[in-house]
Amino acid sequence: MSASGNITVNCSENEILLHALVDGELDAGHVREVEAHVAGCRSCAQALESIRALRHAMGGARLKEQAPAQLRSRIAAMLPARASPFPVATKDGSLARWWRTFLGGFSIGTALSAALAATVLIGVFRGDQNRQVADEVVSAHIRSLQAGHLTDVQTSDQHTVKPWFNGKLDVAPPVIDLTAQGFTLLGGRLDYIDREPVASIIYARRKHVINLFVAQHLGARHAGAVGESIQGYNVRHWAEEGLDFWAVSDLNGDELDEFVQKVSAALHTANPT
Amino acid sequence: MAGEGNAEYERARRFRDAALPYLDDAYTLARYLMRNTADAEDAVQECYLRALRHFDSYRGHAMKPWLLTILRNVCNAEFARRSRHETPTDWSEDDPKSEQPMWQETQASPETALLRAQDDATIRRLVDTLPAVFREAIVLREMNDLSYQEIAEVVGVPVGTVMSRLARARAMLRAAWNAADGSGPQTARAAAPLPAPGASS
Repeated sequence: MSASGNITVNCSENEILLHALVDGELDAGHVREVEAHVAGCRSCAQALESIRALRHAMGGARLKEQAPAQLRSRIAAMLPARASPFPVATKDGSLARWWRTFLGGFSIGTALSAALAATVLIGVFRGDQNRQVADEVVSAHIRSLQAGHLTDVQTSDQHTVKPWFNGKLDVAPPVIDLTAQGFTLLGGRLDYIDREPVASIIYARRKHVINLFVAQHLGARHAGAVGESIQGYNVRHWAEEGLDFWAVSDLNGDELDEFVQKVSAALHTANPT
Repeated sequence: MAGEGNAEYERARRFRDAALPYLDDAYTLARYLMRNTADAEDAVQECYLRALRHFDSYRGHAMKPWLLTILRNVCNAEFARRSRHETPTDWSEDDPKSEQPMWQETQASPETALLRAQDDATIRRLVDTLPAVFREAIVLREMNDLSYQEIAEVVGVPVGTVMSRLARARAMLRAAWNAADGSGPQTARAAAPLPAPGASS
């Protein structure tokens, strides 16, 4: 089997890391470590190939279900219509009573409680201007997800994306390749926020699209990055190198924060002060 | 009062915008957990009802895992309520042997690294035969596209457990896949035209 006992130990530990590699869950350091091991280990290379083949075979199938139309209308029907009193929640404490029943009646209520406890508001966009920009940025993100709207220039090569913006904007937006850090560059797009043209640089993590909007001035500035969740999308805003950056995605907040850090770190590397 | 009614309408509108985009995700998970469409629909409706009631306590957390956590609890509660013999209550990974040995793990040999394409119905059937803890792990990852951390939150287990369950689930699925090769599904339906490569994401 393996060349040495040492490698065999690594292999059994490696098995789960192979899955994490395929799932895009490893940071750059671990990716290099695992790939280096796989390059020198036939059994792990085969195991990796096998996992990829399974994912590929599953990815080709349409395993995701579409909710039936009648379910959609059943759920729409339970939502209150305009100016009608809300039928479910009342102010006499019935909600609290229901909550106790829920927790008491279901043994696995703890998972839900944990999830609720984990809901932390990271920050709030203060001031009307940022509120409005944040809403517009989310709308632009949703628009971009419609078929064929995502990229004007589609390439994973930063040296193709950056010149594409020339002449279209007053500023040259930084285009950073973060593929090694787990964020794939998909391309660029010209968008309009607050009636001004802005650059959008598009990244992907797994199947989640991230729009990174860059403009010379977009929203009121503040120290550090702030963010919140709007309509289920996570939004982050920060200013750097005289530019405003807005990142929007349905990616979870932690990973979007990681994205912000990586972009920021790469900007510093490119322009050390 | 009209003002109060409008506030509730506004709240419902925010809920609709935030939660309805994940209806397909919720239905997909429910379908694989309940293993039939009627129960799945009921579970999803109950899930959205509960999510709406608790929407005030939802703050900036990713909506999809939040919804799927509620949905999973609804499904588990339903199984607990029924507690019949033929319903799958095997939520422990210690005793997965109660199922058919279809997915018995065999050492994959190099020549089986490539998998023969199976039609969608067969793959669904293979996923349906996995014991519940492994089934939910693979569905949350492959169909719902959650990260390990999000799966850990939904299921209420450490990330390490998620990782080992996923690895195990894939090994079982692969073995079942190879076993299904040749035997073929009895209910093979005419394959619908596939979308162009890359168009499915």
